[in-house]
Amino acid sequence: MNEVLLLTAAQMQAGLRRGEYSSQELTRACLEQIERLEDRLHAFITLAPEMALEQARRADELLTAWRRQGGELPPLLGIPLAVKDVLAVRGLPCTAGSRILEGFVPPYNATAVERVLQAGAVVLGKTNTDEFAMGSSTENSAFGVTHNPWNLERVPGGSSGGSAAAVAGRMAPFALGTDTGGSVRQPAAFCGLTGLKPTYGRISRYGLFAYASSLDTVGVLAHTAEDAALLYGVMQGEDVRDATSLRAPVEAVDLSAPPDFERLRLGVVKEYRQHDIQPEIAAALEKVVRQFQEMGATVQEVSLPSTRHAVPVYYLIAPAEASANLARYDGIRYGPRQPADTLPDLYRRTRGRLFGREVKRRIMLGTFALSAGYQEAYYGKAQRVRQMMQQDFARAFEQVDVLLAPVAPTTAFPIGAHRGDPLSMYLEDIFTLPANLTGVPAISFPAGFDQSGLPVGLQLLGGPRQEALLLQLVHAFQQVTAWHNRTPPLVLEE
Amino acid sequence: MSGMEFEAIIGLEVHAEIATRSKMFCSCPVLDTTQAEPNQAVCPVCSGMPGTLPVVNRRAVELGLRVALALGCDIPPVSVFARKNYFYPDLPKGYQISQYRYPLAVNGVLEIAVDGERRPIRVRRVHLEEDTGKLTHMQDEHGAYSLVDLNRAGVPLLEIVSEPDMRSAAEARAYGEALRQILRYLQVNSGDMQKGVLRFEANVSLRPKGATGLGTRTEIKNLNSFRALERSIEYEIERQSALLRRGETVIQQTVGWDEAREITLVQRGKEEEDDYRYFPEPDLPPLVISAEWLASIRSALPELPHARQQRFEQAYGLRPYDAGVLTAEAEIADYFEAVVRAAADVPPRQVANWITGELFGLLNRQEGRITHIPLPADEFAHLLRFVQAGEINTAAAKRVLAEMLESGDPAAEIIARRGLRQISDADALAAWVDQVLNENPAEVQAYLDGKEGLLNWFFGQVMRLSKGKADPQVVRRVLEGRLQALKGE
Ligand SMILES: [Zn+2]
Repeated sequence: MNEVLLLTAAQMQAGLRRGEYSSQELTRACLEQIERLEDRLHAFITLAPEMALEQARRADELLTAWRRQGGELPPLLGIPLAVKDVLAVRGLPCTAGSRILEGFVPPYNATAVERVLQAGAVVLGKTNTDEFAMGSSTENSAFGVTHNPWNLERVPGGSSGGSAAAVAGRMAPFALGTDTGGSVRQPAAFCGLTGLKPTYGRISRYGLFAYASSLDTVGVLAHTAEDAALLYGVMQGEDVRDATSLRAPVEAVDLSAPPDFERLRLGVVKEYRQHDIQPEIAAALEKVVRQFQEMGATVQEVSLPSTRHAVPVYYLIAPAEASANLARYDGIRYGPRQPADTLPDLYRRTRGRLFGREVKRRIMLGTFALSAGYQEAYYGKAQRVRQMMQQDFARAFEQVDVLLAPVAPTTAFPIGAHRGDPLSMYLEDIFTLPANLTGVPAISFPAGFDQSGLPVGLQLLGGPRQEALLLQLVHAFQQVTAWHNRTPPLVLEE
Repeated sequence: MSGMEFEAIIGLEVHAEIATRSKMFCSCPVLDTTQAEPNQAVCPVCSGMPGTLPVVNRRAVELGLRVALALGCDIPPVSVFARKNYFYPDLPKGYQISQYRYPLAVNGVLEIAVDGERRPIRVRRVHLEEDTGKLTHMQDEHGAYSLVDLNRAGVPLLEIVSEPDMRSAAEARAYGEALRQILRYLQVNSGDMQKGVLRFEANVSLRPKGATGLGTRTEIKNLNSFRALERSIEYEIERQSALLRRGETVIQQTVGWDEAREITLVQRGKEEEDDYRYFPEPDLPPLVISAEWLASIRSALPELPHARQQRFEQAYGLRPYDAGVLTAEAEIADYFEAVVRAAADVPPRQVANWITGELFGLLNRQEGRITHIPLPADEFAHLLRFVQAGEINTAAAKRVLAEMLESGDPAAEIIARRGLRQISDADALAAWVDQVLNENPAEVQAYLDGKEGLLNWFFGQVMRLSKGKADPQVVRRVLEGRLQALKGE
């Protein structure tokens, strides 16, 4: 493996500017690494080597000119990255992990993608995902299962499992993911990465193939908080094409100034301590609490009684929105239309054959939750409980600045562990869902390893628009810990 | 139930396209869909491509609010867009963005006039939504298939729902026409029914006269003309009363109007009705209507047809009928007022007569409904001032007007060219009078012998001699003076 791939994106940025290597060399190294490991990891759905090398060539031209003339350089110039295959990249197929979108090439960029391209990044390809981001293991992709670089028998988490595996496998220094119910944070935790889910609306959803519109966010998978801040920094901010994007001014994330730990109030969720979680994760949580205390933070227990409803509330609201969002895949304009004699049969056959089981399950669930006579009892009640959760969180963030919590009850589970038992899979999301339901930002970060050598991840949740604080805290934590520096043995083996 | 008298209960749903430059949720232009090539105004947003998001067209909201204000609606400070879910190939997203529980406006009223009597019809709600695309069903050597045109998909629509306050097809038609007039006044909709920018749905039920409950209703779709609206309701009332008289029951169903056969046909029954699973549109934040915004729209609201008609009656002394004709179209009413202003010495009633009589008469030969007058108001005013000043007579003025419309030349030029300036000078006229009397001694003698009816004949001869330029009043006066003098001799 090319040693340059062990660098963080921030280090690559510096190296490129110093001329230690070119963007084309860096891009080729990534493509070679993909070639070396893709058979085993299956992180990508679509690779774009020509497009990537062309972008790299242009980046090198700019770098050469800059070394002669100086001036401003776009922040991500020449740095490769991977994009989850639910975000539109103009000219590349976008499948959302579904056969129903086979052959669809969007003629537009997602705003997040547009901004990273404007910032000079090089797009290597589109990463695997659970179909329409519905899943917590990337096993629900129509294009095969992605494997965890730390243990090929394990899932990488999901639904941004392809992006997580690509970054953990050093195929790309960082990647774009999406987080609707933990889909950035949980794969980050399973793969030993730092994963940021921003405040709802902080990064435009335009061009993100919608799963659940009121919960979907674009997020970042990276090795360090510094890299996450770099990538998040160029994507954040209002977008006129997304009416739900935050109108708040863009905040620059300054990691150079350490956060004031003396004044930091760290909350631990009382209800989560009573939850059944893997002992190593519980132990890591207590250890990190002590570390924060040692750095000067005040720790207090916070009660969030409504969080116990997170799973049922999420699995009513998200499928309800999904049932409408996925109605456009009707065989009229996308995908291989299934022949039929009548219009209803055309819909039934196309959707019946081309959607996977989990997608169909959620469409059914959501359609039912919205149907006449049941909407009030299911969708309506879920919305009211969601409001209670938002109030609970608002109260909690009056008492504390951030909450520390597990990301998942276990480390990466074996592929197939939840097969045939969707409910047990849904319960995996218990700790990640509240941040989506309440819209607050959260960041997951490496905090240890379990007995079988799998990464342990924890998350910090902040009040609305507190991304900068979360990134600063994890950055400070990563200055005194080394969990984030470990590399899967698979990657290092010759 | 035979012999029983029934009363019809009718409510209308009107879909009016909002005449904005761009679509409701994207920047595609709004095209005349009857003229444009298919799929010319289509982008990733209005074709429902994955990941795209709607952005509200503020202008469409503004125009919707204009209508809501004109109908005297309550306008809540917040309204909410909702998704109406159903599958059809002309609906690219698989849902239509509409408004459901929290519409733009509620509780309005529209006054209608039937046989000169005015009556308020309550408006239940006014809401914003997007139009669908259009399907064309084909049948050729490849078999049967359908073509999808998305030019219209995403065009802003205003849905205006009345209470079931109408009692006859004529009232329903009057409601439709009054609404169309207001929409045109507000420049929200062209009212061009043939282009499908205004569409009606009627719900009709019957109940025994004097009863208060509501009978089972049917909903009539596809009504694209006032005639279809009126005829289909008449048909449905007839059909339902026949059923009830036979002791049968009306079934709740949706029917379509078959224009060619003039009958309603069942489209679907109640049990087949779709469950649209409305829920708030998560891609759009609630629509907030600030008091300032509303105030600025209100202040820019034009005078509405009925108010204008009343003002025309009072300020210009017009008859109600003329005031009604002149205010039917805002452009005609504006024209009238412009002429009145430019011809201050001409009595407004006379201006009204000239417009509704001579001018409309001339224009009517070209097209049915007059919405535009292709003659500048000040040019027309010039002509009327010539008449008023006695410089040309009415008969000549009518000829000049016809020529003005034809050639576009100013009145003064035509008058000069044709030598139509009226001669009122009594001395000049006396010469023509004398010539006529001298050349017709037999007729003069007959007149003197008591055949007084010959006065008009002499008058006609003088006018002919003057080629119509003589001032008729002066001719008559001079002629009578001369004949009187002959009698005295
Ligand atoms: Zn468009």
